Amino acid sequence: MDLPLLFALVAAGAVALYVIADGFDLGIGILFLIAPRDRDRDLMMQSVAPFWDGNETWLVLGGAMLWAAFPMAYYVLLPAFYLPIMAMLFALILRGISFEFRFQATRLRRVWDFAFAGGSLVAAICQGLILGGFIQGVVVENGRFAGGPFSFLSVLGLLCAAGIVGGYALLGAGWLIWRTEGKTQLFAREVAHSALLLAIGMMAVVSAWTALTEPRVAARWFAWPANLWLDLFPLAAMGVAILLWRSLWDHHDRRPFLLAVVLFLLGYAGLIISIWPDVVPYHASIWQAAADVETLKFALLGIVVVLPLVLAYTAHAYRVFRGKTVLDAHGADAEAYGHAGRRTAALSTDLHLS
Amino acid sequence: MDALVLSRIQFAFTVGFHILWPAFTIGIASFVAFLSFLTWRTGDPVYRALMRFWIRIFALGFGMGVITGIVLGYQIGTNWSGFSRSVSNVLGPFFMYEVLSAFFLEAGFIGIVLFGERRVGPGLHFFACLMVACGTLISAGWILASNSWMQTPAGHVVDADGVFHVTDWASAFFNPSYPYRLIHMVCASYLTGSFVVAGVSAWHLWRGTHVKASRVAFSMAMWASLLLAPLQALLGDAHGRNTLVHQPTKVAAMEGLWDTGRAVPSLIFAWPDMTQERNLYAIEVPIKGFASLYLTHSWTGEVQGLKAVPAADRPYVPFVFFAFRIMVGIALLLIALAFTGAVLRWRGRLFTTRWFQLACVAAMPLGFVAIIAGWTVTETGRQPFVVYGHLRTADAVTVQPAGAVLSSLILFFVVYNLLLLAFFWYGARVAMRGPEPLSDETPNAVRPGLEQAGPALAGGAPAYSRSLAPGE
Ligand code: HDD
Ligand code: HEM
Ligand code: HEM
Repeated sequence: MDLPLLFALVAAGAVALYVIADGFDLGIGILFLIAPRDRDRDLMMQSVAPFWDGNETWLVLGGAMLWAAFPMAYYVLLPAFYLPIMAMLFALILRGISFEFRFQATRLRRVWDFAFAGGSLVAAICQGLILGGFIQGVVVENGRFAGGPFSFLSVLGLLCAAGIVGGYALLGAGWLIWRTEGKTQLFAREVAHSALLLAIGMMAVVSAWTALTEPRVAARWFAWPANLWLDLFPLAAMGVAILLWRSLWDHHDRRPFLLAVVLFLLGYAGLIISIWPDVVPYHASIWQAAADVETLKFALLGIVVVLPLVLAYTAHAYRVFRGKTVLDAHGADAEAYGHAGRRTAALSTDLHLS
Repeated sequence: MDALVLSRIQFAFTVGFHILWPAFTIGIASFVAFLSFLTWRTGDPVYRALMRFWIRIFALGFGMGVITGIVLGYQIGTNWSGFSRSVSNVLGPFFMYEVLSAFFLEAGFIGIVLFGERRVGPGLHFFACLMVACGTLISAGWILASNSWMQTPAGHVVDADGVFHVTDWASAFFNPSYPYRLIHMVCASYLTGSFVVAGVSAWHLWRGTHVKASRVAFSMAMWASLLLAPLQALLGDAHGRNTLVHQPTKVAAMEGLWDTGRAVPSLIFAWPDMTQERNLYAIEVPIKGFASLYLTHSWTGEVQGLKAVPAADRPYVPFVFFAFRIMVGIALLLIALAFTGAVLRWRGRLFTTRWFQLACVAAMPLGFVAIIAGWTVTETGRQPFVVYGHLRTADAVTVQPAGAVLSSLILFFVVYNLLLLAFFWYGARVAMRGPEPLSDETPNAVRPGLEQAGPALAGGAPAYSRSLAPGE
């Protein structure tokens, strides 16, 4: 069996799951401060509170799998993106802890609003910068990263960052349309339009830019006759975007989110086509970067036995918290024990006003 | 300072900060699972109130554990690329398994623990609590296997490029120091957790608030500490004797022993001087051969000294030496507290002795300090190697400009300290507010004046929760 290939597929799947799961979760953070009312923010946060930890765990798995299966990618790429990775980690720290602290906060709640929104935005931007730098390729000498701390910066990275922010916001808005109702849902429908425009626009610009500046990528996309079926990807993306635009006001609350996921997957597939079969673009293929066969075999057991279990109980958790979000105090005992007196009061006044 | 020193400081700071939260959550998660079990089987409102209370505190610590942990997984690549290149074949899968078997398990059930009690019913809620508790233990199982392999590597060969290849997974995982380190660490977490529970409950007993629930929790915690505190010392002794076999230099540094010898004395205090290779201001335990006794279990056992290895292969002795004394000193204190509690219980005064309640409140941080001290012994005692005997720390680091590391280090320092402050702020608020009041109990009986400040008390839990919150 071609173990590196198998691991590449699993890793690609894990990254896709991360991008979707943490995508809507970060997206909600990106939209957080734009939301008009405090009550929207409470609902938005509550709608992802049971899931955010699981969503972020896919990122941890991504790192661990890279190390276990493609160590070269791990020890070359991580130093190459030292600064954006560190910035992303700080951002994730701030947004992650806001979940716990905002629930408890009274006077300083605004601070955690900003930490959550800012953290989400910065994390998305950093991921975009890393993606751009990754497509552009890093400097490698003697099997180690040989560039400087700022060599990750590129125009492509900035474009990707804008695209990722738009895309995550779109996923977040889709999630809100699905999981909330009333004014919060209305807000999500409205903001989804701009997010979609930003995402699809940047997808187009990034694709064009890579095709123009990266000859190796261009060669792949413009090689006759393979480009006949490759052209289906951008076409499909356009079609999905149009469907998505039209679905924003219809009555299928779940559809915008699902279409946003499809859009993401199409973009992701496009990326994989561009750089396949490299994990360190233009330097090492999945076979060159792979770990020992013994190591892969040992790790395979975990993929075959444990991963299905993980998927099963993650799905179960989503089932338990299915349906429209209701405001719920931290700790499951809202009615018996309002945990933050002032806040509950604030909420109900808010309700009366609106 | 160069990238090596800065990366070391950064790693030590971030991992040391991280370890505090798992240590806390390992203990509290099991406690919560236990309470959830009792709630499920008995339906007793006291257990339910305690469970919900400790879940709220757990949630804060858990959040801190997750976010500080994510940093570490990436830092190994960003700052220790030499290390990650060399040992990827061994530790990569361990980390992957940790994520798959532990982190997902916790993440998959934490939502139900925190928000799902009314959605899933008490039986499934208990199951979710149990899964989270198992997750914390499994996580410790994998990470300590990784760390122990770095201390006592086994089951591998090293090739000409310095890359490790595994020949035997079982002996790599169950490497010689693993069982000792795992049990000692898990017991340390439980012990630390017990004293946190004891401290919070003692505070409420002292104030006369939530007396009924606090008595139950205090009693449980004191029973646990009576068992765990002496056990921890026994396990520590076993751990140390294992270290003597595999890392004699570390033990010599712990004991401040320069010359190999028999019937070596035990030092209470000294300043180990690295350049003169001797101890200044030494105060010995006045029992001849005492260190030989506890290290080798023989009055005349031979113990290897620091001078047995070249100076370049020695750790920085004072760190190891003092950290070890802090850990053992705290162990003795905790044992004393646990026994005092037992005596008071025997005399029927456990819940009324006010000075003892204050002592328990003061003891809350001790477990954490001992854990940091213990890890300092372990990690600095292993220097100058990262993988003991094979890979030097200097070869493990990412070669990069110091500025990049310095900037992240400063940020870590600032952000983590702010987070710690926020955690204390909110944690103290939740802890001081106490469990939800039981129906036959007036909350805050001792402070009736404040109660009138809020709206009607009858159904008004909010008013009550406000009255004690320090941040208001
Ligand atoms: C509540 C915390 C706590 C307490 C009270 C103790 N320890 Fe400990 N000790 C730890 C928490 C800890 C730890 C943080 O968990 C360490 C670090 C690595 C490990 O596995 O456990 C540790 C490491 C550690 C080591 C280092 C082993 C090595 O690196 O190879 C030794 C020799 C001891 N301990 C011995 C003791 C003794 C003799 C104790 C009591 C008399 C004691 N410990 C109490
Ligand atoms: C798999 C787990 C671990 C790995 C891979 C690891 C790796 C490392 C590395 C690469 C260093 C840098 C070398 C150095 O600074 O000397 C280090 C140092 C250190 N680690 Fe660990 N470590 C692990 C577990 C832990 C844990 C759980 C702690 C708990 C607090 C810890 C505490 C420290 C400390 C205090 C240092 C500083 C030692 C010094 O600078 O002299 N480590 N570790
Ligand atoms: C004795 C040492 C350690 C123990 C017992 C331990 C245990 C834990 C536990 C229980 C969690 C779950 C969060 C929580 O309950 O607070 C956690 C989180 C994490 N730990 Fe540690 N850890 C240790 C050291 C390390 C080290 C040295 C690393 C990396 C080098 C690491 C990486 C992580 C990561 C990536 C997470 C986040 C996982 C998530 O998303 O849930 N841990 N750790």
